[in-house]
Amino acid sequence: MGFREYRIGSILFGVALSTSMVVTVYMPSLDISGVSSTATALEKQLTYGSNSGFDYGDLFLHGNDKPTKVILKKNPVTGAAMDDTAAYVFPAGTSFPSGLKHDNILGADVQALSVSMGKMDQAAEVTGGVFLVSSKVTNGVETPYVEFATATRGWGIEATLAAASETILAGAGKTMFVREGCWWCHTLLPEQTHDWQSFGRPPVLGDFNGESPTTFGSDRKAPDLLHVGSRNSSKEWMMLHFFNPRLVQPHSIMPRYDYLWGPKDKAGNVIDLVKWDEEFEAYRDGDSVYPPEVPEYADDSEIRYLMDFVLNSK
Amino acid sequence: MIKYLFAKEKNIPGGTAAIFFSFSAIMWFIIGTGIGSFNAAKLAFPDWFTHSYALQFGHMRQVHVHAVIFGWIAGAFAASAMYVVPALGNTKLWSEKLGVWNCLLWNVGLALGLATLWFGMTSGREYSDFIWPIDIYIALCMVLPLFINIFMSIVTRRTQGIYTTNWFFAGSFFMLIIVFLIGNLPEFFHLTGLNEAYMTWWFAHNVLGLLITPVAAAITYYIVPKVTGNPLYSHRVGHLHFWSIVVFYSTPAAHHLMSSPLPEWLKSFASVEGVLILVPAVAYVCNILLTMQGKWAMFVENVEIKYTITGVLLAIPLNMQGGFQQTRAINWYVHGTGWIVAHAHLALLGFSTFAEAAAVYYGVQTLLRRKLYSLSLANFHFWMLLIGFSLYWVSMTIAGLIQGAGKIYEVPYMDIVIAEHPYMIVRWLGGTMVFLGNIVWLWNMYMTVKQGEKLAPGVQPQDVAYAR
Repeated sequence: MGFREYRIGSILFGVALSTSMVVTVYMPSLDISGVSSTATALEKQLTYGSNSGFDYGDLFLHGNDKPTKVILKKNPVTGAAMDDTAAYVFPAGTSFPSGLKHDNILGADVQALSVSMGKMDQAAEVTGGVFLVSSKVTNGVETPYVEFATATRGWGIEATLAAASETILAGAGKTMFVREGCWWCHTLLPEQTHDWQSFGRPPVLGDFNGESPTTFGSDRKAPDLLHVGSRNSSKEWMMLHFFNPRLVQPHSIMPRYDYLWGPKDKAGNVIDLVKWDEEFEAYRDGDSVYPPEVPEYADDSEIRYLMDFVLNSK
Repeated sequence: MIKYLFAKEKNIPGGTAAIFFSFSAIMWFIIGTGIGSFNAAKLAFPDWFTHSYALQFGHMRQVHVHAVIFGWIAGAFAASAMYVVPALGNTKLWSEKLGVWNCLLWNVGLALGLATLWFGMTSGREYSDFIWPIDIYIALCMVLPLFINIFMSIVTRRTQGIYTTNWFFAGSFFMLIIVFLIGNLPEFFHLTGLNEAYMTWWFAHNVLGLLITPVAAAITYYIVPKVTGNPLYSHRVGHLHFWSIVVFYSTPAAHHLMSSPLPEWLKSFASVEGVLILVPAVAYVCNILLTMQGKWAMFVENVEIKYTITGVLLAIPLNMQGGFQQTRAINWYVHGTGWIVAHAHLALLGFSTFAEAAAVYYGVQTLLRRKLYSLSLANFHFWMLLIGFSLYWVSMTIAGLIQGAGKIYEVPYMDIVIAEHPYMIVRWLGGTMVFLGNIVWLWNMYMTVKQGEKLAPGVQPQDVAYAR
């Protein structure tokens, strides 16, 4: 009895399954891992931090343990005016994305430049710091790299946050994007064969190094959002649309995200969703001329994170 | 159940674990399709049940998917394996006690997993949405005990050879553990980037291809010869089916990402291997339908055969779609549209659900030695499933073709949403029919346990099912 008479079959089964895994897991991983990061991949890692899904630093997906992206119009140390610069602030203890922690994520040339020019190897999670995405042109080829501005330019965390003309919480926003299941309907993957006109340039091979999860989405019930911030950068439109999509797009089937406003609005007043609903229905049925006001969201509300993520997707 | 958890092995009646698994599967089927119907209603009427964090579509969609895959489909697989394997080996289940514990661990783990998903704790990876502690639990506490039990029952069999069904059971549950452990590597070790994206779909493809398709087929390999009395048409074709599943079905994972920037060789390879899925598919369907020779009257008269053969017939469009929709030319049109949603439901709600429903109907009757409480209710359930599923499938296929056209011609997205609206309503109606049918089913099975007519020794349910 037993499997004795099936010995050849069992061996063949093992061989077939192993071969299949070598071809479909090992070989692609070699190929994919050999790709160098683009500037997009560096920006995404520095914006979204370590992991936008479930992780030690953020067990309940509240958007904790994420860096802050800021726009600087002046040098945080000298105060001198400069061109708009995006800097990525990692407060002390914030988890680093894979590319900052492991040598084999960014690709050989990007990694080498990030260390030699960007002093990336001096950064540590315990102390945090400020990062930039810079680039260097060698022989007509532009190579992006990660610059650890705290070491190269002396930009401290507090000074940079204080000098910021704009604070973008897109890292926490991507967590909201994952948790709220936006990606069940909105893809982040314009297709290579079309979509160029509606949704913009499809991503390329090196655009994803270090990003996790990528949330491509598979079932597009709604427009692609990879470049949505370039198509529509109106904060007011986005706010109305998130609160109740039917306010600005009567035929939309998107759910309302009014609960992401939290209990209170920016001024500290309690948000009464039931009352809002009654007023909205009166407006929809023609009993009142104006729709109810959408409350201004608080600066630390979850909707603010999500709005920042969407508007930052350029 | 509690009294069996701590009972001595010899005091647990044979088939206990299978019965527990059958009822847990039916319960999860009701829960899963109920949530599915609710989700579909939200896509048709978005202002229904708003303001609630818990009842938001983005939280409930993955709960629906995992409740049906791991609660209903995999649960019904476990139920069928636990009575089919001993029956084919002329022996008892290796350990009924382990089986009962397995059922408890299964339901606890799934409830925990779905609750965490529902409240937003997700890995953000489609089909492997569960957070990694739950993934490890599923592999080690849900699937591993099942595999050990099934494998040991096959090893300790009292028959000479191993029948086709059991190759698939042993092979698939083993591969499921491997798929779970390898497919979730990105979460265990925080792999990132395209590797993570590709492994997500490697997992999704293989959890369907190496578990659901072959095990559903394995069930039909048992039910059809058993109930009709015909021997399997060809064991050689069965061999072809089994080996081509292992070789071809495990490889085309990248065809789920045809329009992403994966290496081109990988996409081309996956596309060719994807067409080769037709080898096991055609071998399987021909084998089962030829086994029916001379017994086609049972397709109408016998409820288990009616379910099984409907499932097998649905496997024909399923495989034709599956083989070709991933080629570049067709994927260009249908990728990311409702067509794919329709295809996924054809696989899970069409082919495999019908096969499993047959296995559960048959298993509960043979294990309890009781005839089905009501044949009329079983037929009612059949038609609710079939009509509900057909409405769903046809409406989503049409919606997908509309979406595809809109995508190619870059129509403003809002116009596509407006054009799809009627089909969203039909899909909701279809899904609701399936949900209501399942409630009737649970009632029918419950009454079978309580009041089903006792079968005389040596009589099979199909022998008396049509005594008028």
